[in-house]
Amino acid sequence: MSRKTLVFAELRDGQLRNVALESLAVARSVFPDAEIHVAVFGDAAGEHLTALAQHGARTIHHARHPELVSYNPDAYVQALHQLISELQPALVVMGHTYVGKDVAPRLAAKLGVGLVSDCTSLEGSGEGVVLTKPIYAGKAFQKRTIKSSPLFVTIRPNNFPKPEPDQTQTANIVSYEPNITNIRTIVKNVVKKAAGGVDLTEARIIVSGGRGVKSAEGFAPLRELAEVLGAGVGASRGACDAGYADYSMQIGQTGKVVTPDLYIACGISGAIQHLAGMSNSKVIVAVNIDPEAPIFQVADYGIVGDLFEVVPLLTKEFKALLEQK
Amino acid sequence: MNILVCLKQTFGTEEKIAIQNGVIQEDGVEFVINPYDEFAVEEALRIKESIGADVTVVSVGPARAESALRTALAMGADRAVLIEENDGAFDEHSVSKILAAFARREKYDLILVGNMTVDYGGAQTGPRLAEELDIPHVTTAIKLTIQDGAVIVEKDAEGDVHTVETTLPVLITTQQGLTEPRYPTLPNIMKAKKKPIERLSLADLGLSADEIAAKTAAVDQFLPPAKKAGKKLSGELADQARELVRLLREEAKII
Repeated sequence: MSRKTLVFAELRDGQLRNVALESLAVARSVFPDAEIHVAVFGDAAGEHLTALAQHGARTIHHARHPELVSYNPDAYVQALHQLISELQPALVVMGHTYVGKDVAPRLAAKLGVGLVSDCTSLEGSGEGVVLTKPIYAGKAFQKRTIKSSPLFVTIRPNNFPKPEPDQTQTANIVSYEPNITNIRTIVKNVVKKAAGGVDLTEARIIVSGGRGVKSAEGFAPLRELAEVLGAGVGASRGACDAGYADYSMQIGQTGKVVTPDLYIACGISGAIQHLAGMSNSKVIVAVNIDPEAPIFQVADYGIVGDLFEVVPLLTKEFKALLEQK
Repeated sequence: MNILVCLKQTFGTEEKIAIQNGVIQEDGVEFVINPYDEFAVEEALRIKESIGADVTVVSVGPARAESALRTALAMGADRAVLIEENDGAFDEHSVSKILAAFARREKYDLILVGNMTVDYGGAQTGPRLAEELDIPHVTTAIKLTIQDGAVIVEKDAEGDVHTVETTLPVLITTQQGLTEPRYPTLPNIMKAKKKPIERLSLADLGLSADEIAAKTAAVDQFLPPAKKAGKKLSGELADQARELVRLLREEAKII
């Protein structure tokens, strides 16, 4: 009897979220010989199913139902629970996104199992796999093991590498309508704040502004730098509270937690709640007029100066460098 | 309306973490109500002030958690309960089972809890507790309106705002932006010193060790490797900019 693993593949704004592919890598890592099953809900396009297959999905359970057209926690929990009961997987993996945080713990309670959430790395494989997660806003880390079955894990986006795609791989697609009853919460309206652009949780490079940006217009030089770098633009809570940036750009403990290769913090002092959202970045650059700003303690490189002078200079230099390529 | 607020006592958010033999040291640490749970306490009190409610705060934790409950009483909660437990092995499954056993003793219309804790940050307790009690839940609320039994929640979904409709009883987890917690006034702090804090044991709740035994285990806790001191560049800003770009390409190999 072949062992199975189940990955929940999340769609957002009509796109397959990268964390779905990262989850496939995690499933492969924990149970290398298992058959990977994927659950995808709502209107998944052919290209999404192809991408999932090429990144390791063996069978894709494409659930369609009026209650699954847009996100609904009751519907998602029910559909996943039914699939888990049917498949009896050894492992369930989801992204630690707003969906994962809403659905996974409730599903874990329904299954009567443990859940290790927000994992950033793992060691070993099989039932004894050891999962690492940040604690205390990233000031420390904890390793956990799971005693119950199926193993259930949510992963922090952008921390696990995606699998190498195999263009020749295909998957069985099972389209079906799950049995969904008793919807007790109804999403009546969605206001999309994120005006398109790069998904910060998936961005490789982020240029971020704090209170030092001084106004909404002050973000313009940061956007120009981001444009040259193909980067996302983020903001500290201070900048959002002051009205310089929309809350959808907020990076921090209560905003988005990001793990880019490069984080350029402009006019951000470095409060612990902000660090909680970006301290795991590979390389941190800080630009701040205050040489004592705490951000310099976590930065790999720092420039003390007025960001309105420094950022345009960086844009110029990056442009020159990238044009050379 | 009968409101239950679940709160956890955590380290203050500015505390430095010291670890010895995999154990996080508590000497000299400042303890607070988990800031997200503070939003929950405040929201309960605002509902109490606007439409009338009985507000109970409960915490599962060691004896020191009493001070967090006292703060909640000083803010204006009517009743505080400590379910004293010191078992470091308990996980989110354990805690939600314990809270569920407590919550079942009364009929609560609304349960409020912070969306995550600032220590272990698993963000699991709320949805788990809702499932145990078989009531709906909404996470990361930034606005809550209760009118004639209808509940309308605006919630934060990674920057998007979802408006969710549901009915009582419901469990809501609270997010920053929902409300500003009040500072207890000195007279209320003094009054709170005299209010009783009920203590319940796991036996009082009729829970077996088996039911609440953790399903996951911590095997190690550690600090991140000390980061190499960062390079603060120097010289003319134009030169610094050039040097930074060079370092990012040649040293960090990021660009």
